[in-house]
Amino acid sequence: MKLLTHNMLTSHVKGVTKGYPLLIKATEVKVSEVEFNPQFVSRMIPKLEWSALVQAAEEVGHLNDLPTELLPDYENNEEFLRKVHRVLLEVEVLEGSLRCPESGREFPISRGIPNMLLNEDEA
Amino acid sequence: ASKNQKTPEDTASSLVCFGDSSRMIEIQSQMSERALELLSLPEGHPCFLLDVGCGSGLSGDHLTEEGHCWVGIDISTAMLDVALDREVEGDLVLGDMGQGMPFRPGTFDGCISISALQWLCNADKKTHSPPKRLYTFFSTLYSSLTRGARAVFQIYPENSEQLELITAQAMKAGFTGGMVVDYPNSTKGLDSDTADRGVPNQVQFSGQRSRFKNMKGKSVKKTRDWILEKKERRRRQGREVRADTKYTGRQRKPRF
Repeated sequence: MKLLTHNMLTSHVKGVTKGYPLLIKATEVKVSEVEFNPQFVSRMIPKLEWSALVQAAEEVGHLNDLPTELLPDYENNEEFLRKVHRVLLEVEVLEGSLRCPESGREFPISRGIPNMLLNEDEA
Repeated sequence: ASKNQKTPEDTASSLVCFGDSSRMIEIQSQMSERALELLSLPEGHPCFLLDVGCGSGLSGDHLTEEGHCWVGIDISTAMLDVALDREVEGDLVLGDMGQGMPFRPGTFDGCISISALQWLCNADKKTHSPPKRLYTFFSTLYSSLTRGARAVFQIYPENSEQLELITAQAMKAGFTGGMVVDYPNSTKGLDSDTADRGVPNQVQFSGQRSRFKNMKGKSVKKTRDWILEKKERRRRQGREVRADTKYTGRQRKPRF
């Protein structure tokens, strides 16, 4: 599970109003190399919940020097875009779980795949 | 190809059909390309897409080929494991589409779904009504798309009631759009066991999320969509029509 995906994932359990952001508990994290596309990163930034991204990066131990606030004029800041690229697309949680901040319900992650299947009473 | 080939939903062990038959892979491949075409994404723009019922990632590979970033969701761990082994680029999520899309509003620039929607139409002993699950799926999908984004579904409809059910729930969820019907291919190349069945009727349902009344139903004249639809109409009339390619409806250079 990449942090880009994590930034978009919410709990969709019936009755939960604030199922975002899901808190990451990672037991295995992988970093790989992904081709850098500044245009794509630039376009994704407005969609992101920046504070949730920072929190997630911290939770998986890859905050490094990612700014806690979005930089203005980021479209032209290649260094910044590269940092965002790394955190969004190159860091993957392979094993662990995602916890709903409201209910505490855990969604396990196995082989990089979060299990978002709900029980009968949750759907 | 096995004898008495039925559509996957009729058999209990449906996984086999898509995973290891080279013909099915070829068909899936064609359908994925078509779906991507119908998505009408701006050229040269890498987008963030959702693949519903991504399975082993055959359709997702096409999205990757076109330079897009994608998330795939599927209910089958077995299929997702195959996708992992195939090392697909997309991020995978294990989930049930009838339970809703677990994504924030405005996440995706588009959505494709190849041969997955019909699963929601079957009521199995565990579930509640198909219309409810369909609506849950469509409404959460609608919200997870950005404004103006499209969702393209390829399905094998069992009958017109099924098609109507799907359309009704999609419209109720806010989707406008239409149906593109691809007629069965010729039975050339198929062995005698499957010749009578041929390739099933395919339907591409392209739903566009839109808040503008005038975008409902017909496409704007002379746009690529309009051209594609007109060509489909003419094919249905039995006329000879050139194949749709990436050049279809493309802007030509001005002539003096």
